[in-house]
Amino acid sequence: MKYKSILDAIGQTPLVSVPSLSPADNVRIWVKLEGQNPTGSVKDRVALALIEAGEASGELTRDRIVLEPTSGNTGVSLAMVCSIRGYRFTAVMPDNASAERVSMLRAFGAEIVYSEGAKGTNGSVALAQEMARDEKYHMPFQYGNDANVTAHYNGTGREILEDLPEVRVFVAGLGTGGTLTGVGRRLKEHDPSIKVIAAEPQLGELVYGLRSLEDGYVPPIFDPDILDGKVMVRARESIAWTRELLTKEGIFAGISAGAVIWVAQRTAERLSSQGGGDVVCLLADAGWKYISTEAWTQDIDTAEEKVEAVLWW
Amino acid sequence: MSVAVRIPTVFRKYTSGESQVQVDPGTIGDLIGQLDHRFPGFKGQVLTDDGSLHRFINVYLNDEDIRYIERLDTRATEGDTVALLPSVAGG
Repeated sequence: MKYKSILDAIGQTPLVSVPSLSPADNVRIWVKLEGQNPTGSVKDRVALALIEAGEASGELTRDRIVLEPTSGNTGVSLAMVCSIRGYRFTAVMPDNASAERVSMLRAFGAEIVYSEGAKGTNGSVALAQEMARDEKYHMPFQYGNDANVTAHYNGTGREILEDLPEVRVFVAGLGTGGTLTGVGRRLKEHDPSIKVIAAEPQLGELVYGLRSLEDGYVPPIFDPDILDGKVMVRARESIAWTRELLTKEGIFAGISAGAVIWVAQRTAERLSSQGGGDVVCLLADAGWKYISTEAWTQDIDTAEEKVEAVLWW
Repeated sequence: MSVAVRIPTVFRKYTSGESQVQVDPGTIGDLIGQLDHRFPGFKGQVLTDDGSLHRFINVYLNDEDIRYIERLDTRATEGDTVALLPSVAGG
């Protein structure tokens, strides 16, 4: 395929069957490989939509610096889009984000401002909001910008329906809520009986430890009513199923992918008793950015400890 | 046998530092009532004034968010695990 720019190569990701991971003969599990996007994650779709929305509204001008709180993937994607479109970019991220994400941001010429790791992405959101009071910054704000949802409604969701109109269940991780809200809306417009299920990480005590209730955060773009279920997944299960994806199906996905697969399997057992059907799992990124956690090479206890020490969601 | 409730760090000042508390089976609403009886003030931290679940708090029954089951009417039976956690963002 030929593209005029790397930005045109965003999206149209493969939907791949993973038969060995289905717990029942009448349930087929498919994975949408968002790691195949140019910077290796689903966030390329979101970053392009955020920048184009800023340009279209006139808020994003050449003299302003793009600023965004991110646990990593959105930062890398924005850094790529900004470098092509000629904007400076500053990422606000927790100081325990994985080393590969930091290296990638630097490679794309982004500046990094660190927020306290123990406060997770919520801490980055608070710090970026404070910085954005300075007019020199333009903050697209993926957590509150409808362009995030629209990117998934017009892109990811449309692609799934083109490839698999008979889909019964969609499973994705809950981060900003953009994927679940955008894809969920598209699928339910097509067929209101399609179920949308969220996988949510149980982060380590370290991440929760310093929180107060006021630190809790529900992204404004997330529509909780679009969901039919939400399941919490531990790092251990996520690692175990990320490994299964690799060893049984040859798919090298990021750690949140394992969480999504685990939730898909729980869901598949129910679907099987209701006549079966097709389940689509969105795998948000590939495994490259997590190699330093040794999630694939260490024994599971050590891997769990190392993964929990970084922000893996 | 009973139901185990896992308490997040932010609420442990109400549970004398306990990270896990055993309660009798019942609805999630009942369980929060039992906890409030043992640890006065607990309910006010988890529920809003109109008696619904605080939006920054997620309650899970065996890892599934009760908002998508029967909310506070969701029943926990013997051997179940209930977890309370603050909501988090990613991305």
